[in-house]
Amino acid sequence: MASIVLKDIVKKYADGFPAVKGVSLEIADGEFVILVGPSGCGKSTLLRMIVGLEDITSGDLEIGGTRVNEKAPRDRHLAMVFQNYALYPHLTVYENIAFPLRLTKGQFSQEEIDRKVNLAADTLELGDHLDRKPANLSGGQRQRVAMGRAIVREAEAFLFDEPLSNLDAKLRGQMRTEIARMQRRLGTTTVYVTHDQTEALTLGDRVAVLKKGELQQVASPRGLYEQPINLFVAGFIGSPPMNFLPGEVDGGTMRLPFAQVPIDGPLRERIGDRKLVIVGLRPEHVEDAALLEEDKAAGGVRFDAEIDVTEWLGSELYAYIPFDTHPDVAAKLEELDRDLDGEGMRTQVIVALSSESDVRDGDEAQLWFDPARLMVFDPETGENLTRDEEAVVRIEEENEADRKAALERAQAREKRVAERKERRETERASGGGARAAS
Amino acid sequence: MTGLSTKQRVWWGVITVLVLVYALFPVAAVAATSFKLPSELNSGTFLPPTPTWGNYEQILVGDAQGLFLSALRNSVGISLIATGIAVVLATLAAYAIARLDFPGKRVVLTTALGVSIFPIISLVTPLFNVWRSIGLYDTWAGLIIPYLSLTLPISIWTLSAFFRQIPWELEQAAQVDGATSWQAFRKAIVPLAAPGVFTTALIAFFIAWNDFVYGISLTSTEAARPVPAALAFFTGASQFEEPTGSISAAAVVVTVPVVVLVLLFQRQIVSGLTQGAVKG
Ligand SMILES: Nc1ncnc2c1ncn2[C@@H]1O[C@H](COP(=O)(O)OP(=O)(O)O)[C@@H](O)[C@H]1O
Ligand SMILES: [Mg+2]
Repeated sequence: MASIVLKDIVKKYADGFPAVKGVSLEIADGEFVILVGPSGCGKSTLLRMIVGLEDITSGDLEIGGTRVNEKAPRDRHLAMVFQNYALYPHLTVYENIAFPLRLTKGQFSQEEIDRKVNLAADTLELGDHLDRKPANLSGGQRQRVAMGRAIVREAEAFLFDEPLSNLDAKLRGQMRTEIARMQRRLGTTTVYVTHDQTEALTLGDRVAVLKKGELQQVASPRGLYEQPINLFVAGFIGSPPMNFLPGEVDGGTMRLPFAQVPIDGPLRERIGDRKLVIVGLRPEHVEDAALLEEDKAAGGVRFDAEIDVTEWLGSELYAYIPFDTHPDVAAKLEELDRDLDGEGMRTQVIVALSSESDVRDGDEAQLWFDPARLMVFDPETGENLTRDEEAVVRIEEENEADRKAALERAQAREKRVAERKERRETERASGGGARAAS
Repeated sequence: MTGLSTKQRVWWGVITVLVLVYALFPVAAVAATSFKLPSELNSGTFLPPTPTWGNYEQILVGDAQGLFLSALRNSVGISLIATGIAVVLATLAAYAIARLDFPGKRVVLTTALGVSIFPIISLVTPLFNVWRSIGLYDTWAGLIIPYLSLTLPISIWTLSAFFRQIPWELEQAAQVDGATSWQAFRKAIVPLAAPGVFTTALIAFFIAWNDFVYGISLTSTEAARPVPAALAFFTGASQFEEPTGSISAAAVVVTVPVVVLVLLFQRQIVSGLTQGAVKG
């Protein structure tokens, strides 16, 4: 197992297209890092450079402290799970998993290979399918064979390229937890590429957000959600996505399309003499005023909104509220939407209310939000003006402590299980011996 | 369409039998004739009244031996060489067509198709003249070259359709798994490409093996004359006897290997051909 360090990595394809524009990233030994971004932002390119299938145009790539830019894939000792699994169709499941072991000529005896393959197959519940060909397996089973091939040898790190994108939603959820559990248990450094922000938030110790080949922010999932560095990260992380509204600043107040918000203190200072800002409001931070307790309601802003459409999901209720945008920020928001792979301009606000709310299509409803949770962005640079550096440091420290604790717990549990198994086996062996003697 | 009604099944049965009889009757007739005595050729019966190996003896160890065995040697040799060259060239060409983007890719494919639809008979006379003047007439090379023009186009088409279906990223997966470039190619790609190459080789071999027009026009002696052409030169045991019996025996001898090969490999051939048909 090893750390992976990227130093100012650049990739220019033969046709001159700059797919990766100077990415620097340090991945600690045993860490689970997610590369996330809309499709075409260079995630796969970056991963393929790490594994050695794509040349690095400039920059340094270090694995376990040594520079490996010029090394062939086989000399980097990494294991990769491809998006379409890349199983060998002419080999059985057993041989697919054993493939990397067989390539190390003479290093493993047939018994060792047998033991390792069976162990991997047990972990992934593939024991019944070892003699079958990949073509006869379901999507989830193929996915597990690909993982088996990755874990069967002691690789320095695991690389995953959108491994779950070909599975249906339910299976995706299952495999997600399975991957997380496996990574904790093995404690292997892992780089995981996805375009799905849910996967990024749920799986990663740290998440690196990419946009058009440039790294935007590297932080813990909570760090990204609570303290995004700019408009792009704020809009990318979270589901349903953050709402962006024009905010006209007038002295001590900020006028949103449907509410007035007082601004003061450090925020007032950071807005400076900007007359117009972009305000970010997460759907889950808006509530139905009718369902609110009095003391909580007092601390926030109430506003009336005309509900266009509602969607009841059981656990919550989404309501859509159209609004008129400000021409000066329309272009910026449209560009953002394109960067985020969205469809068309967002001139409606989505709010996620409690499912008990009785707001219905076409209603005039009174809603509520806490202005402290608003984010304010510079309309030109997209920089987050509400970002709190102290909070960022605190979140990252907590996250790192959580990660270490989880890793230790998982490995202690692993050891206990192994010991118990060993004890059972010795007991069985001695019991068997006694019977044979009598 | 899951179950067929009884009526449909009867009709399909009838049609199948008709087609089988239509296709196999000539073969059966030739086989039957090959066991007849020369005097029985006009007996009017389908089965030989007194079955005999005489005709086979004549072509394999008897009078016609020289003519037949040298022709057999020519046929086998020329067809194998033409197949070998065609498969090697077609494999390289198809690999390039399937994997690389280069200007003129379509031209290569269209030219190949154009060549294969050109009527052979219109080429034979000019070839005859050219071959005479440059010394290729009545040589193995003089047949192998025109055979390549028959076998190469179809080989290129079948193989490039086949290669396009191979998941080439397996090569990269194998490299990540610890293989050298050569190991990756040999262990991940060759096993997938082999059935396609094999099918193509069989098809190319049959085309060369079955040719008659080039065989009869571009040869004059036993030096290069292949079996289909040589059959036309058989004579009877005496000049008053028809050589029909020996010709039939020779026809059976050259048909058997083809039939055996097809029966052995029919699954590969069918899948190879249909892949070409769907994806080509
Ligand atoms: N072989 C190539 N030649 C030229 N451009 C490429 C090549 N491969 C990918 N690209 C381009 O590089 C960009 C990033 O691609 P990729 O890394 O596959 O994106 P992602 O995996 O994030 O969806 C895309 O715009 C793509 O068009
Ligand atoms: Mg990709």
